[in-house]
Amino acid sequence: MAPAPGDPHEDERLDEMHERLARVHADAPGLWGWLTTTDHKRIAKRYVVTAMAFFVLAGIDALIMRLQLARPEGGLVGPDAYNQLFTVHGSTMMFLFAVPIMEALGLYFVPLMVGTRNVAFPRLNAFGYWTYLIGGVLLWGAFFLDVGPDAGWFAYVPLSGPAFSPGKRMDVWSQMITFTEIAALVSAVEIIATVMHQKAPGMSIARLPIFVWAMLVTSFMVLFAMSTVATASIFLAMDRLIGTHFFNVAEGGDPILWQHLFWFFGHPEVYIIFLPATGIVSSVLPAFTRRPVFGYPAIVVSTIATGVIGYTVWVHHMFNIGLPVLAGSFFTAASLLVAVPTAVQIFCWIATIWTGRPRLTTTMLFVGGFFVTFIIGGLTGVQIASMAFDAQVHDTFFIVAHFHYVLIGGAVFPLFAGFYYWFPKWTGRHLGEGLGTLHFWLFFIGMQVTFFPMHQLGLDGMPRRVYTYVDGLGWNGLNLLATVGAFTFAAAVLVFLANVAWSLRHGARADADPWVADTLEWATSSPPPAYNFAHIPVVRGRSALWDRTPNDPIVVGLSTKRREVLLTTLLDAEPDSRHEHPWPSIHPLLAALAVGVLFVGAIFHPAAVLVGGALFCAAAFGWGWPRKKSEIHAIEHALEHGHAHHPPAAPSRRTA
Amino acid sequence: MIQRLPQSALDPAGPAAERIAALWDFAFWTAAVVYVVVIAALLYAAFHRKRPAAVPVVDRDPRTERRLLVAVSGATAATVVILLVFFVVDLGVTGAVANPAAMHEHSTVSRARHEAPAGALRVKVTGYQWWWKIEYLDSVPSRRVTTANELVVPVGRPVAIDFESGDVIHSFWVPALHGKRDLVPGRTTRLTIEAARPGVYRGECAEFCGHQHAKMALHVVAQPADEFAVWYEAQLAPASVPADSLRRAGMHVFLGKPCAMCHNIAGLPASGQVAPDLTHLASRRTIAAGILPNTKGHLAGWILDPQRIKPGAKMPPNGLSPDELEAILAFLGGLR
Amino acid sequence: MMRSRLGSLVRGGRGAPLVAVLALAALAACEREHRDFATAAPGGSAESIVRTSALQAGPPTPDLDARLYTENRWAVSEGQRLYSWYNCAGCHSPGGGGGMGPPHTDDLWVYGSAPENIYQSIVQGRPHGMPAYTGRLSSSDVWKLVAYVRSLGGLTPFDTWSPRAEMMEEGVVDTRGTGPAMADSSLIPPEQRAPGQP
Repeated sequence: MAPAPGDPHEDERLDEMHERLARVHADAPGLWGWLTTTDHKRIAKRYVVTAMAFFVLAGIDALIMRLQLARPEGGLVGPDAYNQLFTVHGSTMMFLFAVPIMEALGLYFVPLMVGTRNVAFPRLNAFGYWTYLIGGVLLWGAFFLDVGPDAGWFAYVPLSGPAFSPGKRMDVWSQMITFTEIAALVSAVEIIATVMHQKAPGMSIARLPIFVWAMLVTSFMVLFAMSTVATASIFLAMDRLIGTHFFNVAEGGDPILWQHLFWFFGHPEVYIIFLPATGIVSSVLPAFTRRPVFGYPAIVVSTIATGVIGYTVWVHHMFNIGLPVLAGSFFTAASLLVAVPTAVQIFCWIATIWTGRPRLTTTMLFVGGFFVTFIIGGLTGVQIASMAFDAQVHDTFFIVAHFHYVLIGGAVFPLFAGFYYWFPKWTGRHLGEGLGTLHFWLFFIGMQVTFFPMHQLGLDGMPRRVYTYVDGLGWNGLNLLATVGAFTFAAAVLVFLANVAWSLRHGARADADPWVADTLEWATSSPPPAYNFAHIPVVRGRSALWDRTPNDPIVVGLSTKRREVLLTTLLDAEPDSRHEHPWPSIHPLLAALAVGVLFVGAIFHPAAVLVGGALFCAAAFGWGWPRKKSEIHAIEHALEHGHAHHPPAAPSRRTA
Repeated sequence: MIQRLPQSALDPAGPAAERIAALWDFAFWTAAVVYVVVIAALLYAAFHRKRPAAVPVVDRDPRTERRLLVAVSGATAATVVILLVFFVVDLGVTGAVANPAAMHEHSTVSRARHEAPAGALRVKVTGYQWWWKIEYLDSVPSRRVTTANELVVPVGRPVAIDFESGDVIHSFWVPALHGKRDLVPGRTTRLTIEAARPGVYRGECAEFCGHQHAKMALHVVAQPADEFAVWYEAQLAPASVPADSLRRAGMHVFLGKPCAMCHNIAGLPASGQVAPDLTHLASRRTIAAGILPNTKGHLAGWILDPQRIKPGAKMPPNGLSPDELEAILAFLGGLR
Repeated sequence: MMRSRLGSLVRGGRGAPLVAVLALAALAACEREHRDFATAAPGGSAESIVRTSALQAGPPTPDLDARLYTENRWAVSEGQRLYSWYNCAGCHSPGGGGGMGPPHTDDLWVYGSAPENIYQSIVQGRPHGMPAYTGRLSSSDVWKLVAYVRSLGGLTPFDTWSPRAEMMEEGVVDTRGTGPAMADSSLIPPEQRAPGQP
């Protein structure tokens, strides 16, 4: 470590250093660079764009469903199409939108917030995105060919099994699950390793930004949850494709096994989506209330507690299979208990706003929308923890209302808050506040008008997943109202997209730290350079930027010839060693394509497992193949003399 | 409530549904109060400063922070207390509605296993894509009654139902009487319902079960005990060859066409077991699993092209000539 | 290396046939996966409406495209259900392995294995115990049964084959593609027997 540069010579040296780092971290130009990049920011932006595209597509599904339900005996679509619509809507929103977009924010901001140059395993990160993309394209390609899955997003057997879902529809679903689980597991591993060992010096575990804590806990949840559902989806695929009997009652299998496996993933999934959103709220509040979030320890402990208790509640999705009361009560208690840490976080945020100087930007409007909406979802969540009450409202529109309040209120509102907050960091321009305000109000009103009536519909006896309903049950008016709300909702998303399109060209320019915020992502330019920071900063407190002093030391001595990062210790973030990251490579893409051959091919013939496996091994060999010493010298020489070197597709010495 | 809805959990007609509706009232008002308090706190927090001074970073006063700590702790403690109260109240209701014997004594003692109360009517309901087979169990085999999609029960007497499934998972749900119970292949699940007043209560399958999940309804018809006994005796009688010629012609259509391959009519050589029993079809209020009123016109439409009414249903279209149709409708109309 | 190959593939337009093949496969998949509930085969209940020869007495009956059923995944699955519902399994055994009646698990069919032949066998019945189902089944159901039994013998495309009969029968052995070993050769007319078969 050396004192911060101050004199003109130092500035010159810094400029030169920027240049050299830029050369080392540059991607190849054009399409090739696009395919081979391992820059966490490029990959994360891709995730965001892809996930938003799926969000819009699944939203269109929802509009078609709402049109169909606008009146009794609607004739817009038949049951076959409707079942595909809601299955693809749910599966997309959960697996292709909510989880990936939260992971994407983590992949973008965790390395910036902990002050490092890239995620821990850059090539693995690229591989994760490509598998996710293949999974998403598989699902939607099948849907457009009328082979969309149609047994619901939790695909209960035996309905989703071989006897009652003939054809490829549910095969597509189970393989899509496997793809996206691989991607989620990859992101989780990236984030865990990055947080554990690539924190800037001084960013001890007690000074981690809350967003990073949230992503860390989420990632650990992903490790357990996603492996469970990947097991379940592979069991289902095997039952369907090669005649195993995991779920076949006639041969001693058990359909309830599926429910346990699925919900052991499915409920933590909600927290996997929700916890990063709480991290977003905790990130934006300091910037717009001008004070650190109140109760840092309480919020961190709550986040961890949610992650742990979240694993003990899954049976409340299965209360009606005829559980003994005593067994059910345990899960009722756990489901009530999990409300406590969330309540603690909400109280801490209110305390922060109370003693801060809140400023009503679009970001804060969305945070307000989060409170107003999410708390309703939380309270109905407490109500349905009761076995008796759940017996009435389970699988009805009450539940549809509940989880949309939780997921839109608890995740999409914070997500939009995050978009308005971080857009300047991504693009160097602000999103328009005027359109933003319009976006918020349309979104907020659309949300309430669409989903609030559904509580009443559920209590009035309307089951979910019905493609139509008969007249005379008293459901007509509220259904029509919900449809009107859904279109308001869609208009809000259009306004948002227009805002993004406009702001990308004409938005007000943003400097490095437009909000005068407290976390490290604002310490570098907007958008950040490929190497994130010229000098890795040293952190002095929980609010990294606010606790900075003029004479803080910085990290020097990382190579400018190679892609080096600083490794620090787990708890205290003491500098430990230097570590070289690999060059960009095409092999993650090839490996993902091989996985694609394996899983997609397996739908058609079991032999594809062997072919895909062999292809994957070949790609993995390429991925890990070491580079010749002479080649490394040539690259270093070229960089020394100012040529931006675009490494060929060959791998580096070290691999990720 | 201005209008009575046929399928509402908020319009209970049985002791279990009544207790759950009362639990909902409690839960709703508690949640409403909590919500109003929290949102009021949030609004006050956001707007209590008229003109906030722009400061780079707020100076945190340790005394204020301590007061905040007390406030947040207090709010958390209140949350825990509310949840505990809710838990205790819920245990009482859940225990009571799960155990029909306890339900009558308004006891909060819950036993782990569901036991049918003494004197309960015993019924077995089997779910199929997309209709309900209903069998009244009796220790004397000849006194068993099989029907479909319409569960007739005596008022004030517990009805202990065994649930099974013939294909996928379904869920039996008659909101006015009780919560739902899943029908899981390979298992027998149980629920005891009871209607406190006479009436017709609509229910629907609540677990997604394929193409016609939306049109898998049923009705529970609660009748005074004496009416029920009359109905039951009538159901025991097999059908016989009709005397009138049109009906007899209809019977021949029924037996000579695909109908008899799937449907059963006791007393006649039609013994298909994979579709609803039609022995007393004309005594039922609805056809097509509670979807259409049992009128001649609807029945004709259903027989000719079920796929137009319930696309994907297992009943194939039947090309009958007008004469055949007239005859078969007369025949079915006579199956009282 | 990879880069140049990929580039030349795109530039040289050699990708075009690949795209065309994929598109065709996708279209075929559509048809195979299509679920058409409303199509009622002509005539409602099954009479002898199927044409097995180019010669026909009287006015021509419309040709039914049997592939709507026999190469359709949904129809095969529905046929599997009906096979159990109508107790075909009672004589031919669950899974079509053969019992009192001949097996369906091979491509040797006494009265012909074309969809139209099997349709006729079901509707008109055959000697040695196969009853005639004229009028007793709707023609769409017969076509579904045809589709299913043909899939048992591996006569339909691989990806229309029905899975094991989950939930219905226990211990059904999948014998598809195992050849004629299980066929009761006494039912096969001599001229159709495989060489060397008694």
